[in-house]
Amino acid sequence: MAIPATITLPAKLDSLYDFMDFVSSCTREQGFSNERIGEIELALEEILVNIFKYAYKDCGLNGDIEITCKLADAQSFAIEIVDSGIPFDIFSVREPDVTADIDERQIGGLGIFFVKRLMDDVRYRREEGRNKLTLIIYVVGRQGDAAAGCRKRSGGNPPRPAHR
Amino acid sequence: MEIQTAKEKNAVVVSVQGKIDAVTAPEFEKAISNLIAQGENVFLFNFSGLQYISSAGLRSILATAKQLKPKGGNILFSGLKGPVKDVFKISGFGTIFKIFETQEDALK
Repeated sequence: MAIPATITLPAKLDSLYDFMDFVSSCTREQGFSNERIGEIELALEEILVNIFKYAYKDCGLNGDIEITCKLADAQSFAIEIVDSGIPFDIFSVREPDVTADIDERQIGGLGIFFVKRLMDDVRYRREEGRNKLTLIIYVVGRQGDAAAGCRKRSGGNPPRPAHR
Repeated sequence: MEIQTAKEKNAVVVSVQGKIDAVTAPEFEKAISNLIAQGENVFLFNFSGLQYISSAGLRSILATAKQLKPKGGNILFSGLKGPVKDVFKISGFGTIFKIFETQEDALK
């Protein structure tokens, strides 16, 4: 799917696959590797499930989530996830102890940990009563960009952002 | 997601195809709970057909492991690959569980 592109759907589990299909069609169009597309899918699921549960459901609220795929700049692809649920800063979530044994291991907290580990940058802000979370993925991970880097080093044309 | 179960030597082999995500994890957990209720307590999760697992799937696995431990039960894994292998590594599940390359290795 050509970007920028936006989708708005109800904030509930039934919407999960539609949101994921939408973002995957954007990341495929951008030429990311299948491995990176999978990591982006995982980060997105973790974020969305968190919003379904904590921003809305636990508080008995209904609402929508709006996702926009766009280029943040020439080097970064951005997925902006906006909801009107209760304020939820993922940076306030305590990181799980990934070395703890089965008995001590806490159930939960892993999803947010994955997002931070897999994305190149994550930004959160509360704005006009809405949560705005932006996942940043550097475009150097895209197929063909290694070749662009070689051209740059050899003094050829600088790599251009891929507007296809 | 598709789940197939087969009784082998001293373990129940649970082969999972597709994805264990927030939508399918409850179904996966329920299938295992039913087997535990039937008295099974040693499982081999064959994930060679599993393409994707999210924290919802890991949560189900951990809940199952916690349920089995007091009963002297255990979960073994085989066939992890690609993104599933990566998720096990990042989460530390690769070190708290016994992981084998193949089902045959696990059942030896």
